[in-house]
Amino acid sequence: MVKNILLVGVGGQGTLLASKLLTTGLMEAGYDVKMNEIHGMSQRGGSVSSHVRYGEKVFSPVIDRGAADILVSFEEMEALRWLEYLKPEGKVVVNKFRSNPVSMLTGDTKYPENILDLITSKADAIILDACQIAEKLGNSRVMNIVLLGALIEVIGINSIDWEGLIEKHVKYDFVDINIKAFKAGRNQV
Amino acid sequence: MKRLMTGNEAIARGAWEYGICFASAYPGTPSTEILENIALYNKDIYSEWAPNEKVALESAIGASIAGVRSLSAMKHVGVNVAADPLFTFAYTGVNSGMVLISADDPGMHSSQNEQDNRNYAAFAKIAMFEPSDSQECKDMVGEALKISEDFDIPALIRITTRISHSKGIVVCEDERLEMPNKPYIKKMEKYVAVPAHSRKLRINLEDRQKRLAEYSETTSMNSIEWENRGIGVIASGIVYQYAREALGDGASYLKLGFTHPLPMKKIRDFASKVDKLWVIEEGDPYLENQIKAAGIICSGRDTFSGIGELSAGEIGLKIAGNSCEVLSSDTSKVVPRPPAFCAGCPHRGFFYQLGKMKNLMITGDIGCYALAFNKPFNAIDTVICMGASISTGHGAQKAFEIKGEDRRVVAVLGDSTFFHTGINSLLNIVYNNSKTITCILDNRITGMTGHQENPGSGYNLRGEPASAVNIEEVCRSLGVKNIQTINPNDLKKVKETLKWAMELDEPVVIITRWPCVLKKFSQEDKTEFGNIFSKYHVDIEACTACKACLKAGCPAISLSKDSKKVEIAQASCTGCGVCAQICPAEAIFREEI
Ligand SMILES: Cc1ncc(C[n+]2csc(CCOP(=O)(O)OP(=O)(O)O)c2C)c(N)n1
Repeated sequence: MVKNILLVGVGGQGTLLASKLLTTGLMEAGYDVKMNEIHGMSQRGGSVSSHVRYGEKVFSPVIDRGAADILVSFEEMEALRWLEYLKPEGKVVVNKFRSNPVSMLTGDTKYPENILDLITSKADAIILDACQIAEKLGNSRVMNIVLLGALIEVIGINSIDWEGLIEKHVKYDFVDINIKAFKAGRNQV
Repeated sequence: MKRLMTGNEAIARGAWEYGICFASAYPGTPSTEILENIALYNKDIYSEWAPNEKVALESAIGASIAGVRSLSAMKHVGVNVAADPLFTFAYTGVNSGMVLISADDPGMHSSQNEQDNRNYAAFAKIAMFEPSDSQECKDMVGEALKISEDFDIPALIRITTRISHSKGIVVCEDERLEMPNKPYIKKMEKYVAVPAHSRKLRINLEDRQKRLAEYSETTSMNSIEWENRGIGVIASGIVYQYAREALGDGASYLKLGFTHPLPMKKIRDFASKVDKLWVIEEGDPYLENQIKAAGIICSGRDTFSGIGELSAGEIGLKIAGNSCEVLSSDTSKVVPRPPAFCAGCPHRGFFYQLGKMKNLMITGDIGCYALAFNKPFNAIDTVICMGASISTGHGAQKAFEIKGEDRRVVAVLGDSTFFHTGINSLLNIVYNNSKTITCILDNRITGMTGHQENPGSGYNLRGEPASAVNIEEVCRSLGVKNIQTINPNDLKKVKETLKWAMELDEPVVIITRWPCVLKKFSQEDKTEFGNIFSKYHVDIEACTACKACLKAGCPAISLSKDSKKVEIAQASCTGCGVCAQICPAEAIFREEI
């Protein structure tokens, strides 16, 4: 069986590092892995997505509508944008965090109300404030690793040395805080 | 060793493993990372950015003729620019192997059209490979070089966005295949394409096509996977993966990895052994038209439109009737996130002023500045292809004169685009005395594609210092007499300079010179521009909430829901100061550091 994990967010939130750690871990555990990223406009505030698929043998690198086992959204509105990609029985992990597109800054559009309620009413959802958790640890930027921790707990693969992977792929000075963030994320689930 | 690699990384790995010595490209999504990754093997491969794709391909052709394996990479529309040398290189053939990578963009994730460059292989009569994952990207570089040499023909590797940017597991070799460099031998009848020689090469090219067609029948790259024979699927590239995903062992597959010339015998044989034959393709019915022309009955374009990308879901639904349940939710309130100028983008100040001028036609070009067509600027009227701003602007200006219409044309392009194909067009402005106002927005880098060096930036692909072309001197030497170089963040100066240009009745060039805030600053940038970063704040008492500053379209500025006044997000502000110059109440001030 192939498992599908979709990570979505807004440019600059660190989805790329999270999906890199995830896919490297899965590969080292012996799975066939494919990943697709659309991030062309990420530096200009666009929405970004990483499709991660793993199993014994994976063909397409892209997750179809209605096929994701887990949707991890780094931003509230993005969770709603991508919700139709989730299997009806799938799980969604949402970061309680909002990022306003330019049209909202100028007052031309409004941030939709009650997104989190809407999502919880439709799907099995885990909502966490990864940004606050990261800030408490001392650096809001490790928000992505908090979310990765929550995701790993949901996936439930324990045979992989995730913390060792973080050590290998994160700059030396930041290893400690990233491991703390990872553990904090796991404890949220 | 196993590694997770994107298709682009795998092609770069293939270039290293299979002994390529020379690589040249011009950036363009989704192809850009191929050369960026080849540059990491700089001990073994000489790599460079060319000013445009024609120059890149011609350089790779020269390297091949001189006797080393070479590669050139570009996005699909880049092959249009490079088409001229490509067609004749098919006639002359190679010395050492040469591969051209074309990265197409079905769905137009970041392109102005979605042309299917497989047509170029048939058109130019060259060999074509279509990898369907990262491993094949690497392997096919090796096979393409071999075929290029064995059949004396350039080889095209055609990929698409999902191949370029998807990661898969690649088994890497630890050693590079050291190819003996070939001697250079003068062969006028082979490499001098004058009519007398080309007539012979033309006949020989047809012969090479025949031999390639035989190879196509026997290569393992065109392979059959027998499962259920009720449905037969023929597909190439990423579409094979989608079909395999969607139909599993419910169908049999003829997977085509070598797609020009096609293995028509193999196709006919496969077709005869399945009940219903599907040819599934993104883009043009490139396979289907040839298969049908061979008298083989199949379906494909009657069911799949060829517009945009395919998906496993669509294939499963239309061929096998597989539908899946989707969580329906009201997404009508989900707001899009279109790309916008970054906080501190040097294009902002220029377009803020240009957008306010009346009676203009503004011909744009391809680069970040094309985003100025959007609100609040509405300051780009046309975008066609790279370099088109100046020449379409020239034709338009002449047309307005012919019609007796009093409208001035302003052409806008970036530094990289000016070097790409803008210079020829500016030559035409001078030669045919056009009063078009040419604006070159020099942000000291190739911005849109992710900050590649260019002939004006002072560095090359390998990170070494390079001679930096002076745009003002180029314009002057072409014969432009009226040139001003200004800081685009100085709104008063921008306005004055545009006014000065409007009053002239002859060729005029305005150059704005200020670095992209996202680029990595070189020592020269630091010396020239100093520390450009600071922060601006709003004096809440003084702010009248007139919203004038919102007309700058800056992602750092917003209207606060609580105070109903404007606020500046300190994390995003870079200190360009455009908003402070717009504010009529003088309520925005610079933080003293
Ligand atoms: C023929 C062709 N080659 C490459 C591209 C990809 N491309 C789009 S914009 C761009 C660079 C523009 O750089 P510049 O003119 O300096 O403007 P900036 O984005 O820095 O403002 C490139 C290479 C293209 N669209 N067409």
